[in-house]
Amino acid sequence: MARPDRTPLLELRGIRKRFGAVQALYDVDFEVYAGEVVGLVGDNGAGKSSLIKAVAGIYATDSGEVHFEGRQVTIGGPNDTARLGISTVYQDLALCDNLDVVANLFLGREVVRPVIPGLVAALDEVTMEQRAIQVLRDLSVQIPSVRTPIASLSGGQRQSVAVARSVMWNSKVVLLDEPTAALGVAQTRQVLDLIKRLRAQGLGVVVISHNLADVFEVCDRIVVLRLGRRAGNFDARAASREQIVAAITGAEFGTPAPAGAA
Amino acid sequence: MSAIAGDPRLIADRPGLAGTLEGVWRRVSQGEIGSLPVVAALILIAIVFQSLNPNFLTPRNLTNLVLQIAAMGTISVGVVLVLLLGEIDLSVGAVSGLCAAVMAVLNVKAGLPGALAVGVGVLAGAGIGLLQGVWITRFRVPSFVVTLAGLLGWQGLLLWVLGDTGTVNLTDPAITNLAGIFLGPRLGWFVGLAAVAVFLASLSRARRRRVAAGLGVGTTGALVARIVLVGGGILLAIAVLDAGRGVPLAMLILLGFVVAFDWVTTRTGWGRHVFAVGGNAEAARRAGVAVDRVRVLVFTLSATLAACGGILAASRLLAVNQSSGSGDVVLNAIAAAVIGGTSLFGGRGTIWSALLGALVIGSISNGMDLLALASSVKFMITGGVLLAAVTIDAVSRRGRQAAGRA
Ligand SMILES: Nc1ncnc2c1ncn2[C@@H]1O[C@H](COP(=O)(O)OP(=O)(O)O)[C@@H](O)[C@H]1O
Ligand SMILES: [Mg+2]
Repeated sequence: MARPDRTPLLELRGIRKRFGAVQALYDVDFEVYAGEVVGLVGDNGAGKSSLIKAVAGIYATDSGEVHFEGRQVTIGGPNDTARLGISTVYQDLALCDNLDVVANLFLGREVVRPVIPGLVAALDEVTMEQRAIQVLRDLSVQIPSVRTPIASLSGGQRQSVAVARSVMWNSKVVLLDEPTAALGVAQTRQVLDLIKRLRAQGLGVVVISHNLADVFEVCDRIVVLRLGRRAGNFDARAASREQIVAAITGAEFGTPAPAGAA
Repeated sequence: MSAIAGDPRLIADRPGLAGTLEGVWRRVSQGEIGSLPVVAALILIAIVFQSLNPNFLTPRNLTNLVLQIAAMGTISVGVVLVLLLGEIDLSVGAVSGLCAAVMAVLNVKAGLPGALAVGVGVLAGAGIGLLQGVWITRFRVPSFVVTLAGLLGWQGLLLWVLGDTGTVNLTDPAITNLAGIFLGPRLGWFVGLAAVAVFLASLSRARRRRVAAGLGVGTTGALVARIVLVGGGILLAIAVLDAGRGVPLAMLILLGFVVAFDWVTTRTGWGRHVFAVGGNAEAARRAGVAVDRVRVLVFTLSATLAACGGILAASRLLAVNQSSGSGDVVLNAIAAAVIGGTSLFGGRGTIWSALLGALVIGSISNGMDLLALASSVKFMITGGVLLAAVTIDAVSRRGRQAAGRA
């Protein structure tokens, strides 16, 4: 719908994923364009997190295609997505409680400096700590110290760290699974502003949220998932709150796909 | 500590000695106890045994103690690595015996030069560890089961390798020197002073880099305390050992492993990944850490270090026999790691706990030998100490959870 003349940055076609007896995703199409914020909404268990994890390479899909910048790609694991420039904030945050904030921000992408060039490299803690302080300051994240273990942070602080980790790598696509669920008013505002900044920088952003006010504020387009299927695709400026709620609950529309469906 | 936005609720250590002590007490009471209980236990053990038998703290006996723990400590370094992952390796005792037997048979029966036989023995350990690690990760069989099977299997292989003779006596100096020679005073002091110099240089370099980068540094009191404790400890140890037979090579080997693996686990990306996998394997996987590769390498290192420990034990005993690596070897190595403060729950601990825990177990055993206590009593007391250590681990975990630091 939005900008049909351009190639989507990230495009999913016919994604299916089954967990045992549960068909979590059934022929789901999804796309996000550069400079666009897409809201992914749906009831609990609709399959939103499963879709995000399928893109992120956490779950292998049963069928379906992933296209990135117009090329078909195979995503075998988290490293593939990182290489493409897709980063993710997971609903469960996926942080290591026993490690401090710096270690978590750089996990899997540690900055090292050579000790014996070509053979032995040591962690460059100074560079990582400086960078961590910078990133967290840019996001106005309030934490006592970047050397605090994650275990001693509040839910909101952890979520802020997870968001910071996903946006500090110059990604092209950022997937945020309920990034503001545990955040207070001020922090939520920071994240919403951040999402707008990412859009201004030309990134594709996917936000999952149950807060429709937030969704309407930042999103250009809203995709509704219902029982594992795509149940609607709305222009956020044109759609009403009632339409979205109806698509989420399936109240107004029967089994056939709704008028707005892509 | 660098407060990002200057959170006024952040409790910073006050400057000066009193502030440093306060900070230590706060961390201890929140369950961040680190090596403190084990150091306290060591001091207590020394006082008790010294008052019961004045021979305990003599240079001669302390040299013995060091030789007694070299093998246990080395094996325990590998156990710490495995525990950091939140896994277990029950095969380290059997592997240590088997690899020592491989070395002994190659050297004595096949006539291989001593150094080469040692090398093959160590490689055999690496191969065994690789096999176990691949098995654990490939088939998702719990490490407890794979290494329990290993405990039995490798012990059987040990009996087979030794054959009918049952005992192989070692005479090759390349092997017996490992636990049999001592550094003369001059070399001993040189090594000790060099170690202190390297320690000071690395501390001051790290501090300068942090200051130059505008990052916070710890209090001067804490820094001085560290320098005095570590530097003084090294120099005191050398003075004491020199009053006996000199610094044993076996001690340097053990310390070498401890320092090297402490550096690897705390200062390299791979070491960071070991802690990450032990803390939250799924998070590590999502962050792109090659979790299975980390696991395989850790099990490989664990068995390799077990082989090194077995070879040290054989060198001290001057023989390998059917009971090499059996009995309490595996239990002591695991107990040492836990007593030293490495958590059984994964993701928490340091390599130094191998050395500290081995010192605790070794000095209890050594002290009870001096008192000529029966094995029955020794077993029960060692068991009690282990239970106390694990209880401290579990209770301090609760303390950390209450303080939000679990
Ligand atoms: N790892 C899993 N194993 C089994 N079933 C799962 C798993 N993950 C999700 N599901 C199922 O898939 C469906 C979609 O879940 P999810 O994607 O988490 O929903 P949402 O994020 O929209 O609330 C649910 O019915 C859930 O029970
Ligand atoms: Mg979800």
